[in-house]
Amino acid sequence: MRIELVKRPQHSILFSALSPVVALILTLLFGLVLFALLGRNPVTAMYIYFVSPLTEVWQIHELAVKAAPLILIAVGLSVCYRSNNWNIGAEGQLVAGALAGSILPVMFPDFQNFMLLPLMMIMGMIGGALYAGIPAILKVRFNTNEILSSLMLVYVANLFLDWMVRGPWRDPNGHNFPQTIQFSDAATLPAIFPASGRASWDFVFALVAALVIWFMMEKTLKGFEVRVMGQSPRAGRFAGFSSGRIVIFSFVVSGALAGLAGIATVSANINQLQPVISPGYGFTAIIVAFLGRLNPLGIVVAGLVLALSYLGGEAAQTAIGISDKTASVFQGMLLFFVLASDTLIYYRIRIVRSRERAGEVVHGHS
Amino acid sequence: MDIAEAILTTVATASTPLLIAATGELVVERSGVLNLGVEGMMLMGAVSGFAVTALTGYPWLGVLAAVIVGAVYSLLFGFLTLTLVTNQVATGLALTLLGVGLSGLIGVPFVGHPGIQMTSLYIPGLTGLPYVGKLLFGEDPLFYLSIVLVIGVSWFLFGTRAGLTLRSVGDNHGSAHALGIPVIRIRYLAVMFGGACAGLAGAQLSIVYTPQWVENMTAGRGWIALALVVFASWRPWRVFAGAYLFGLLTIAELNIQAVDLSTLHQLPGAVYDLLALIKAIPSQFLSSIPYLATVVVLVVISRNRRLTMMNTPASLGRAFVPDR
Amino acid sequence: MKKLLLALTAATALVAATNAQAADKFKACWVYVGAIGDFGYSFQHNQGRLAVEKAFGDKVETTYLENVSEGPDAERAFERLAREGCKLVFGTSFGFMDPEYKVAKRFPKVLFEHATGFKTAKNMGVYNLRWYEGRYVMGQIAAKVSKSHIGGYIVSFPIPEVLMDINAFVLGAHSVDPNFKLKIVWVNSWFDPGKEADAAKALIDQGADVLGQHTDSTAAMQVAETRGVHAFGQASDMIKFGPHAQLTALVDNWAPYYVSRVKAAMDGTWKPDNVWLGIKDDHAVELAPFTNMSDDVKAMAEATEKKIAGGWNPFTGPINKQDGTPWLKDGEVAKDSVLLGMNFYVQGVEGALPK
Repeated sequence: MRIELVKRPQHSILFSALSPVVALILTLLFGLVLFALLGRNPVTAMYIYFVSPLTEVWQIHELAVKAAPLILIAVGLSVCYRSNNWNIGAEGQLVAGALAGSILPVMFPDFQNFMLLPLMMIMGMIGGALYAGIPAILKVRFNTNEILSSLMLVYVANLFLDWMVRGPWRDPNGHNFPQTIQFSDAATLPAIFPASGRASWDFVFALVAALVIWFMMEKTLKGFEVRVMGQSPRAGRFAGFSSGRIVIFSFVVSGALAGLAGIATVSANINQLQPVISPGYGFTAIIVAFLGRLNPLGIVVAGLVLALSYLGGEAAQTAIGISDKTASVFQGMLLFFVLASDTLIYYRIRIVRSRERAGEVVHGHS
Repeated sequence: MDIAEAILTTVATASTPLLIAATGELVVERSGVLNLGVEGMMLMGAVSGFAVTALTGYPWLGVLAAVIVGAVYSLLFGFLTLTLVTNQVATGLALTLLGVGLSGLIGVPFVGHPGIQMTSLYIPGLTGLPYVGKLLFGEDPLFYLSIVLVIGVSWFLFGTRAGLTLRSVGDNHGSAHALGIPVIRIRYLAVMFGGACAGLAGAQLSIVYTPQWVENMTAGRGWIALALVVFASWRPWRVFAGAYLFGLLTIAELNIQAVDLSTLHQLPGAVYDLLALIKAIPSQFLSSIPYLATVVVLVVISRNRRLTMMNTPASLGRAFVPDR
Repeated sequence: MKKLLLALTAATALVAATNAQAADKFKACWVYVGAIGDFGYSFQHNQGRLAVEKAFGDKVETTYLENVSEGPDAERAFERLAREGCKLVFGTSFGFMDPEYKVAKRFPKVLFEHATGFKTAKNMGVYNLRWYEGRYVMGQIAAKVSKSHIGGYIVSFPIPEVLMDINAFVLGAHSVDPNFKLKIVWVNSWFDPGKEADAAKALIDQGADVLGQHTDSTAAMQVAETRGVHAFGQASDMIKFGPHAQLTALVDNWAPYYVSRVKAAMDGTWKPDNVWLGIKDDHAVELAPFTNMSDDVKAMAEATEKKIAGGWNPFTGPINKQDGTPWLKDGEVAKDSVLLGMNFYVQGVEGALPK
């Protein structure tokens, strides 16, 4: 017995809508089994994991805090991935953005006015974009594999940040701990509704970015260019599109958004630079991008779902003592199920018994 | 023990897991599949190898278990990417994510227990030879296995018909299929071989290198292995060179930190100055050298398009669905 | 579907019930930076938590969050615990200081304690350990035991706590053997078993026959065991990993402090404190049994331990800085504030301090 895929003549609209549901149901079933294996009441555990974080206002704020950088980065990555450019170094671009965006509040702490925050955000975007430009230029100029060069640059960026906060940028009055001076209030990205929680303007940035990128991808020539170059570079070249320009464009867009995520999360939530500023946002965002099927609006939903799984993981730790490792098991499985279900959009699955096979080829199939 | 030999022995132990995992991934990529889940597969191998060794008392059984678990675990990736033609980059990342979590869950009972270390080879007369005895005749069994692996893979890929078939699948799956080659089946086998190697590399960590289990003990070595494959432009002996270069850089950096310059005045002036210079560089910069070196090498080997074309599996990372 | 709804209602009720039940117990909570399975720093904090459970039995309920990254996630961890009914929350890593402080301001009724930091509030105290006391004893042992007069020291990052310990180790060693040399290797990580093992091997290859470490894994101890040299354990007693190698270990014994603070909070006598606990405080800094050394070395170590327990500070002058400029005059004791911000080597330490 074997499984065969038969390409649908057109992609199935039914399964486009149904596939996330299928994936969700499979993940839920998997969760029930996993919790039962861990010796917990599966229904209680699932409730704590996926529902309880939505029952309180402060947790919804936290959801936005966690989801904002994931959505920002993933939206940028979707442009890269749709154009067949495999940037997996967003974590490094995030760090580069955080460093560039922190130049003003760290080196010129007295510069405080209404221009400060916008300047910080813009510098963060420039920092991320420039850092993403390195693998892009290497790819265009030397044909260097961008997956690996962008990944290697993550380690370099992290080590550079480490050196900066222990060396040149260390707070002289900070008891020699590895951190910069605290950002002033003028350099702190404010909360949207400070009365009820700490969700900050970076979540708004994320939503705006998702809308803008969605519009660009679907309604503009540039978006068309990106998609064509991703699906069929040959056709794109016939149409007069330059593949090099698209490589640079997609890397710069995703780098700028990762850089924005970096400086925004530093400014809103940490208020200073320190050796660790991101719990792996840049890598998690890759998962978010695919969970959202590389569609900016889907990514907004995916970012919230993934953030929920983090919050739920913590709730499950404190409420019923489930290890924090289950969160990454869940995220891995969810992604597997989403990827597998999406196959149904483009293919029909046929289970073929080995003996029938010969006959079928004769009968043909179309 | 002579210090140079001692350092080389340390380098060998540090390089072996990279070499094994990268050699496995090389075969996978030569068949046209990119599996970014090496880190996750290594962790699964490390935890199962440690667990079985601890439960049975036999390191060899642990190694065997790690190889099997690595291969079986990679089937998950194979099923998704080969049968269901999902995106290979995303599926590989999911494999790593799941591996980190699962290995952590499985490993809970084994934390805080010293493992049983695999005994190193000892041949009377030979192991005691000056300069090279320990290096050539006194290593752990997995070191020798890794060398055999490189020789074997090199011979298989470039000296056998089956190897040629595998490479043709990676270079152009369309024409391979047209010639009647079972593309999917070959890729399944390659993916499982890669998984087995990653599992073995993980077991080397938890049974030989540092005989213990702790969460995330691979500490990024799976990613380095992936980089090494490209660094080596998909050639087994270059993977060997790359793995040892990486190991050498890491160990040399630690040794240079420990060395006391005032005892080294007999060294030639240039060497002395170089060491003094290296010692003055912040360690974060030294730690980033291997990563920067990888980027530089990537650039150097990829700028020559003819050379790259000759070695790069052209179908790498592209999904294949047979059209009948 | 109906069944599922029923089950969900039941689940909601159950959660509510556990919360209600918890209300009459005292709830103490911990936030760990690493995994409780690291058999090092976070493991020891968790041992302290278990000691609290053991000491108060039914009267307390404890919970924890592990692997909490010192970035934007930390604030959420503290907020969650404060909202879930924790009455006393311990943040166990330096990087939690600012997020914990922010949450403490927002929840004035919840008590907070922060390890190794310096910010206090009406409801937030800080606590720390004087690890350097143990390091001084270790330095003395190392100098006595070493045959090559060379020790090796594996370290993570040049923060004050780490520099303090290097200085104390060297001061201890030189008090018995002025020719003792300490080779220092920075691995730029708190936890990477492979790299720690590599560093241990490098140090042994360069002649060190006693190893110390300020990193968290047991890898260096295992290397010492197989290579037949001596080593000191870190954070927890690592004798299982080096039965013939371990001389002693610097054990973080948080249990007595945690028990006393939980008791104070239950009694209503809790006040924010700013304590720096050492050997004399119920052995908060605990030296694991002295093993694999001769009786006279053991006697010396015990005598020094006793002297420190009696109030003597290893940082008592005369001590010069590395470049020879005077730091402490004869008989002068270092101020805690200077130690906590230490950014220099004392005379006798070799090599340049990484910037």
